[in-house]
This record gives sequence, structure tokens and C-alpha cells, in this order.
Amino acid sequence: MALLELRNVSKIYHLGGEEIRALDDVSLDLDQGEFVSIIGPSGSGKSTLMHILGCLDSPTLGNVVLAGTDIAKASARELARVRNRTIGFVFQFFNLLPKLNVLQNVELPMIYAGIGSRERRERAEKALEMVELSHRLKNRPNQLSGGQQQRVAIARALVNNPKIILADEPTGNLDTHTGELILALFRRLAAEGRTVILVTHNPEIAAVTPRRIEIRNGKIAHQVDAKLAGLDRVSKAPTEGQPS
Amino acid sequence: MSLELPRISSSDLSLQDLPVGKTSLGNAVVVGLKEIWAHKFRSALTMLGIVLGVSSLVAMSAMVQGMENGQREALLAIGGLQKVRMEAQRVPVEQRHLRDLARGMTLADVEALKAGVPDIEIIAPEMRLDLDPTLQANGKFHRTFMTGGVVPEKVKIMEHEVEHGRMFNDIDASEARPVCVIGTGIRDELFGRPEEAGSEVIPLGRIMTINGQPFTIIGMFKRYEGEQDRKQRLEREVERQRLISEGKAPPKAPERGQGRSGNFAFWIKNNTVYMPLNTMWHRFQSGLSNAPAEPRLSNIELKVRDFSQIEQTLTKIRNIMMVNHRGIEDFAFRTFEDWSADIDRFVKNARMSGGLIAGISLFVGGIGIMNIMLASISERIREIGIRKAVGAGGLDIFVQILVESVVIAVVGGVLGLAFSRFVVLGITWVAPTGNDPVITSGAMALSFGFAVVVGLVAGIFPAVKAARMDVIQSLRYD
Repeated sequence: MALLELRNVSKIYHLGGEEIRALDDVSLDLDQGEFVSIIGPSGSGKSTLMHILGCLDSPTLGNVVLAGTDIAKASARELARVRNRTIGFVFQFFNLLPKLNVLQNVELPMIYAGIGSRERRERAEKALEMVELSHRLKNRPNQLSGGQQQRVAIARALVNNPKIILADEPTGNLDTHTGELILALFRRLAAEGRTVILVTHNPEIAAVTPRRIEIRNGKIAHQVDAKLAGLDRVSKAPTEGQPS
Repeated sequence: MSLELPRISSSDLSLQDLPVGKTSLGNAVVVGLKEIWAHKFRSALTMLGIVLGVSSLVAMSAMVQGMENGQREALLAIGGLQKVRMEAQRVPVEQRHLRDLARGMTLADVEALKAGVPDIEIIAPEMRLDLDPTLQANGKFHRTFMTGGVVPEKVKIMEHEVEHGRMFNDIDASEARPVCVIGTGIRDELFGRPEEAGSEVIPLGRIMTINGQPFTIIGMFKRYEGEQDRKQRLEREVERQRLISEGKAPPKAPERGQGRSGNFAFWIKNNTVYMPLNTMWHRFQSGLSNAPAEPRLSNIELKVRDFSQIEQTLTKIRNIMMVNHRGIEDFAFRTFEDWSADIDRFVKNARMSGGLIAGISLFVGGIGIMNIMLASISERIREIGIRKAVGAGGLDIFVQILVESVVIAVVGGVLGLAFSRFVVLGITWVAPTGNDPVITSGAMALSFGFAVVVGLVAGIFPAVKAARMDVIQSLRYD
């Protein structure tokens, strides 16, 4: 059974009497440990799909089954809980709280998980060690470089031990070199058994993932799955610096 | 920057399920305090509204409490609630045809009550000299309406204290000696004020005439005054001594009648002249052409032992009086419960009106909080979006905003309590009153509680607004 299943999912908006199908009958399975990218130009429904995959939004029609539970009709409160425990977000603009230091930013999801302050600190330090930022615990986000900020965001995404990492244009604000480092980190997370979803409009970035889903006009226009093509063995090879 | 992969794996973040918990309130308080600290000036201005509201509420309550204390002081000065006064009154209309049988209150009534009502602690008949008598001594005149023939027990019932000389005794009474005890007000008028003389004036042994009859002054009561008057007088005295020691002319003592406290009860007590009841009868009443055969009393004052039993005691007294007076109701009771009720009503009204005004200012402070919280959440839309994205529920956001608002109110309330002391000082400096304001802990607790409620109510609307923000739109907001 897939970790996350979308079954005939549609998202319909009504704008001045006009019906807009941002997502139109999309079905999709994501397994544990998959590294997948979602690509598409702006206005394609890519963002809507990401919101539904990230439990930020509920579909108008269809089912969203996460680890065997349908959450399509879940309340806002239940969705918040799912986001807290199961999903880690990484955003293009990092979205760190500027008033909090690095450690406090990483602790944030654990506060809402109800974890005690000592354990919060331990886990946050461990997560920051993993992204090699142990030396900047007390810094404010604006004292860090873009790449460092994004690594803080990744640490924050990981700290509640989520099954899914959802990254929205994570390299969009970084230089190529730093971006590659971040992507390598994602690849590693997928190898460790987390499902990593990379949302991007850039086909070059999308090329680093074994599976690519292209969205156009609210539908899945094209899908490349390295596994089905037997290419997954190829993708196991180091891809750093590989022209894409 | 190296491309080296992290040494530590994300799997080290233990994969066991996280404990189920709730957002701790302590955390929300810390977040709230940080937020307030981050906007020090803004928060201080907002708090100022609460500070002023709380301190004016406390100050108002202190002023009213001071006034109440002054009134209660006066009530105690004339004998307190346990005192009951019986006065002669005209025969009621329906008994008018019996009025020739009415003989008024007499000493026989006093004896009957003493024998028949054990609940009476002290009983003191008085024969008042009608028409303000003229007092003359030392070449000066004075008129006072508080001249009466009494028994020595009167001193106890009126809470008098003989400071100089002595009260007359039973021998003075049985021999109808022309002796009297006076209050300091009489002394001030006839023999001079100690402030002017520079030392205490004690006219013991001097002769004073009352309506032309010579009396020897054998005693003088102490000076009665309110707490505030006493303080002011002592201050003036110290100032005068200082000026004298510096060789300067002492300032003129304030004119009499400049009753700052306006406490009439004390003024009356100081203007009392007492003589033995028997003297009064023999010197002034028995010789009148229309004098009754038996001495008539103007009033009988008595003190009951147990105030809680006053109703029953009054009924007993009334029964005995009715038997003695053959059913003719030519006497009336007066208790001081009415006065006490008046004080209560006055205090209640003052509290209500003052509380309302101060409450409105606190309410305005609350509007300030709401305003600042609304500004604060619209500044923090993105922050709220991020918090929600990483798993904060609407309730978490609601609590966070509400706590911030309450923290402002609580801190403002505490500062307000501290500040109220200065407000009270300021008010008494600008508008001195006869009664010292008294800050009570009850008023402080009430004002503080009200401030917290105001903070809570002011925070609800912004908190609901923040909690309802859409996560996707908040994340996109710039």
C-alpha cells in the first residue's frame, strides 16, 4: 500500500459564477522513500496539488488517503495535527520566524507537538547537527546565508520525524552550488526512507529525482518513473555535479 | 562550501511515535512576553491605558473609603449604633383628647426601665435648657444649645472623656450645686484658644454664668476631632513651634468655623455644657410659672448591651413606657441605624458613580489593547501562517494572541496598583479632604481582576481573527 494515495481528486473554485478546476480528477500514489518532483508552469495547478499533498488544503472531490486513513474530509484541526506529525515543509523563502533564533525556529513544530522543553532542545540540536549548523544555534535567521537558512528550514521540517518532506522551490532562492547541496540532502533523506516531494517549475531541478510528475491544466500531463523504466538502479549512482 | 554529506542520519531522530500533548500555557506566556518586549514602546503605551484605569479605580475606591471612615468615626463619637434615644414628642393626633393625661418622660420612667429591662447597659436622662442659653465668663459671651442637666453616666453614653478636673458626682447632684463641666469649644470661645495663648488653657475653678446664674467650672472634656483634623492641627503646632524658636512671629491660628472636615458631630461634642440634673431642675425649671409638678426630661439616652438583640430590647422598653404613660405615646425612639444606613447608601452611590467613571477609563484601556492586538496580528500574518504550517491549530494561535493581550493587561494592572499610591497622593494634594484616603486590598484585588477581564475580553476578537486565518493565504502574504 502506498504511503499517500490521491484518488480522483478535484479542486474546484468558483470565481464570479465561473467554475475553475484547479485540479481535475487527479489520481496519484506515492510510496515510502520515494524522491519525486512535481513540475509545471505557474497556473498549472501545481501549487494546488502541493497544498493538498501537504494537508494545507482539502480537495473538493475525491479521496486523500494517508497511511491508510482518508483525510479528504478532515477538519482544520486534524489537518494541523497531520502536518505537525507527518509532513515537513521546506519553502522557497525559507519561512523562518525572524524574531526567533535558529534553535527556537527548529523547536517550533515540537512546541505544537507538545514535547517538553528538554527533549525539544535535544532533538533540535540533533537535527541542526545533521544539517551541519551546530555552531549557529543562537543566531537569528537574518544573520545566516540563504543556504544556511534553508538548512535550518530542513532541520525544522525533520525535527518531528515526518514521513513526508514537501519542498516548494527549495532551491529557487539559492545559487546553483548551494542548491545542489540542498538537493543532495533531500536525496539522502529519501534514501533513509522518507518520501520527498519536490515542487518546482524548473525541469533541470526536477531532473535529479527518479520520478517526475508534470502538471498541466489541473491534470497529470506526463509522468516519468525511473523505477518502471528500470532506471532506478542508475539513479543510485552519485549524481552530484551531474549535468542535468 | 563542501558537498560532503552530513555525518549524522535523519533516522537518528527517533522513529518512535511522538508523545501526544497539548501546547503548554507556559510556552504561550513566554511567547507573549517576548512579543511585548519586542515592541517595548508600543506595549508601554498600550499598558498606560490599563495603568491609568486600574490606578484611578483604586484611587477612587480609596477616596470613598476615606469618606466612609470619617462618617463612621463621627457615628462612633456620638455613641455608636448601640445608643438609643427617647425624646419627648407631642401626643399623636388620634390621642389628642387624652393629652391632659400625658405627663411626659420623668425620672420614674428611668427607674422603671432600670428595674424592668436588664438589657440596658447605661441609661442617662437629660434635661435640656430650652432656648439657647447665654454663657458669660471672662467678659465674653457665647450661646450654645448643648446645655443640659444630666447624670454622671451621660459621660459614658456620649463617649465623653474628662481630661481636666472631674465630672460632678451624686453629692453635687443631691445638693444641686452650681457646678458644670464644659467642652473645649466653650473654653475656646470664653477663655481663649490654646493656639493663640501658646499653651493649654484650663479654666478650672473659674466662674461662668448660664443665663445669669453663676456656675463653677469643675471639669473640661478633651478635645474631640477627626483623625485628619488632629493630624493637621499637630502639623500646624509643629510649624508654629519652629517659627517661634526661630524668633519669627507665629502665624495666626485659623479662624474657628473653618471646619475643614465639616464633621458636625465633633463640633457639637466640643460645645457641650453639662450640669447635674438636679441643679438644672432647681435653678432653671422648677420656678417657672408653667412648671410641671414632676421634673420633665427632654430625652433619655440609653445603651443596649447586645446590638443583635436591639429589636427585642426596644419592644420591652416600649412596653414599659406605654404602661407608665397610660398608653399615651408622648415619646419617640431614635436609633442611629438610620444614620448608618445613610452612610451605607452614600458610600454605595459614591462607589457606583466613581467606579463607573474609572471603569470606563479601564474599558478605554481595553479598547487600546484590542487595537494594538489587531495591528499586531495583521503585522504577523506570515508568522501565523508559518506556525500553522508546522502544525499549530487554530486553538494554539487563539491562545497565543489571547495570552499576549492578557499579559499586557496583567503587567499594566500590576503597574497600575503601584501607581495608584501616587494618584491618591496627587488627588489629596490637589483637593485636600477631611478624610485620609484608604487603599484597601479588596479594592486592589477588584481593580486588578477587572483589568485581567478587560484584557481577556479585548483579546478575544483579535485572537479569533488570527485563529481563523487561512493557512495558504497567510503563507503567501508579504
